[in-house]
Amino acid sequence: MNIIITKEDLKKINFFLDKVVSSSLAHSVLLIDRSGQLIAQYGNTLDIDILSLSALTAANFGATAEIAKILGEEEFTLLFHKGKTENVYFTAIGEHVIMVTLFDDKTSLGLIRLRINQIADELSNALVSIFEEKKEIPFLKPQRLS
Amino acid sequence: MPFINFSKDEIQCKIVYYGAGFCGKTTNLQYIYTKMGEDTKGKMVSIDTRGDRTLFFDFLSLNLGKIRGFDVRVQLYTVPGQVHYDATRKLVLKGVDGVVFVADSLKVQRKKNIESLINLAKNLAEKGVSIRTIPLVIQYNKRDLDGTDSELLLLEILEKDLNSMLKVPSFSASALKGAGVFETLREISKLVVKDVSRKIMLVDQQLR
Repeated sequence: MNIIITKEDLKKINFFLDKVVSSSLAHSVLLIDRSGQLIAQYGNTLDIDILSLSALTAANFGATAEIAKILGEEEFTLLFHKGKTENVYFTAIGEHVIMVTLFDDKTSLGLIRLRINQIADELSNALVSIFEEKKEIPFLKPQRLS
Repeated sequence: MPFINFSKDEIQCKIVYYGAGFCGKTTNLQYIYTKMGEDTKGKMVSIDTRGDRTLFFDFLSLNLGKIRGFDVRVQLYTVPGQVHYDATRKLVLKGVDGVVFVADSLKVQRKKNIESLINLAKNLAEKGVSIRTIPLVIQYNKRDLDGTDSELLLLEILEKDLNSMLKVPSFSASALKGAGVFETLREISKLVVKDVSRKIMLVDQQLR
């Protein structure tokens, strides 16, 4: 699957990310795909190495999915890491995307989870339609280039 | 799986360095990291064991400049080479756009190189990708040991073992000293960008 995001798509995605940030007091939200590519970011991410964070998040999700399989689960759909001041909450959004929410002690895990649950299905549907409409684009068949 | 962002005019591609344990995948990335300018590289992230064996992967993000008005960012990954880390290799291969296969020139590693290449073909096939069509470059590493006590495989033998069917670009290299490292990176980047730019042309016509 090739991921193609237009300005219109990003506007749609940011609508949901804005909703999460403004209603949960998280300081930033990232959307990444399962191979570690950053799709969108919202909020205050200036001081963070988001490319490394994206790569490590995808790896983290992949590794815990293997743990889930050992335990007879398909995968764990959410992960939470707590630090002294910074916390991170990972949620699977549909099949291909992971939402990474960064927050500090101004808010709580409960509120973060509530706000994300409220938009998760809608965002997942929006992403499906973004990915689906590009499926019609006739990519050339793979061939060895010289 | 390139990620094409029309809102930021940016393309992100994923290149994976593959090969048997101790062949020099991480050393390739470390050399690139030390030689690239601060403005074009991100941080290098390594998840390894105390014995410096790659446990999960190394990761390095590079900005390669512009093509057709798009900023091209490549993300370089390595895989753990040790045989029993196959599940991890499969995870790192997810969404790969191009592969550098690093072969160890040491004579004792001949069988391991072949096994690792077969393992690459198998793991790509599981993702519906053919080793015959994905952008691929082979690097024959550790050529600096030529003339020392270590017995090396002749380049012709390495070519015959690993590249007689694939017929992809190949380079002699010494990841430790840097010879051939950037030639390899340049070639795989060129192949990946060429592949992606064909896609952009098609998408651009339809979306803009």
